[in-house]
Amino acid sequence: MCLAIPARVVELLPALRAVVDLAGVRKEVSIDLVDDAQVGDYVIIHVGYAIGKIDPEEAERTLALFAELAQAEEEGQP
Amino acid sequence: MKYIDEFRDGDGARHIAANIAAEVRPDVAYNFMEFCGGHTHAISRYGIADMLPANVRMIHGPGCPVCVLPIGRVDLAIRLALEQGVMLCTYGDTMRVPASDGLSLIKAKARGADIRMVYSAADALKLAEQNPDREVVFFAIGFETTTPPTALVIRDAAARAVKNFSVLCCHVLTPSAITHILESAEVRQLGTVPIDGFIGPAHVSIIIGSQPYEHFAEEYRKPVVITGFEPLDVMQGILMLVRQVNAGRSVVENEFSRVVTRDGNLAAQNLVSQVFELRESFEWRGLGEVPYSALKIRPAFAEWDAERKFDLHYASVPDHKQCECGAILRGVKRPQDCKLFGTVCTPESPMGSCMVSNEGACAAHYSYGRFRDIAVVAA
Repeated sequence: MCLAIPARVVELLPALRAVVDLAGVRKEVSIDLVDDAQVGDYVIIHVGYAIGKIDPEEAERTLALFAELAQAEEEGQP
Repeated sequence: MKYIDEFRDGDGARHIAANIAAEVRPDVAYNFMEFCGGHTHAISRYGIADMLPANVRMIHGPGCPVCVLPIGRVDLAIRLALEQGVMLCTYGDTMRVPASDGLSLIKAKARGADIRMVYSAADALKLAEQNPDREVVFFAIGFETTTPPTALVIRDAAARAVKNFSVLCCHVLTPSAITHILESAEVRQLGTVPIDGFIGPAHVSIIIGSQPYEHFAEEYRKPVVITGFEPLDVMQGILMLVRQVNAGRSVVENEFSRVVTRDGNLAAQNLVSQVFELRESFEWRGLGEVPYSALKIRPAFAEWDAERKFDLHYASVPDHKQCECGAILRGVKRPQDCKLFGTVCTPESPMGSCMVSNEGACAAHYSYGRFRDIAVVAA
């Protein structure tokens, strides 16, 4: 039910609407809830509405976190 | 697809699984509840349960709006369509939820009720504007993620004075459901549902932020890690919970920091509070009446409130006697503990709500996990 997907804003339309692109599929959505969205931003789309914006730096940080070693290994413990 | 594929990488998952295995203490039992159905689905679909050490157990929570929708609420919607002749618009998820008299919205549609599946609340308002001679009701369900779009259509309907449109509001709140679980006898006194931490909601938290969970971490001494819905997010969230338990910490951490902030989406929160107010009490399937756990439409928008417009009165209806959805939603039982599971109750013909939505614990286990515990025998 809370299904939502990241998509890239490709065009801003009047009345807080925008066209987003998801792997080549284009769809018109509302950006009423994320009114500062710009072309090129990735937004999270839920039931036809952008509900949040992806912070690319935070995404990189999380990916880097995935690659970290286990804490015990880092601290040189057995 | 960017921001999806890299969070589903198999090697990455194995790496995090190795970290979890290296860091769990063999003498400690780690019981974590994933509140959201989105996490339940990911854990089943990607086989995450199989990548965890035996002493790390995931307990499915009640965060599936379709699953917690009580029969009495679906009955209200069906009666509106069958008896009052309204055009009832709904998200596809609710179509097969079993209701009274062997009915569901899809069966009512087969009997001639005008029930329309919509992708967005805005589509329901559009139908109302295209059919000015019909009463159009939007059956609004969902947690905080889904509430702001409903608030927007009510605001727009009022602004454009669309008189033949109204909303049957069944929106529910995540923090009050978590409080209810933490206060339940099974968790507090009986200890039958041990919970050592929570995988916190992903998309709900985009709206409400991470701040509302700080109370659980402090007051109940339970770690909370807000976690994305992709499999690597879930693995990392579990690792972060293991680390908190090992260190004796209980704080709110945010694994899903690429979209979730501490304050959440303030524009959405303001809009929701303009249109909705707290309901004193709301019945949840499985949890019963939960105080201040849902929203209703403010008197200023009464004209667009289907409950007022059609003078609807909620009546509680008990679940099927043998259906264990209630216990499953509270984390007391597992899908395979239910007699009906996989026999009379299947996704094609569900008896209970947890088998309806693909986020429900029963549907997830039926689709991805039901052969896990059965030994392979050579023919």
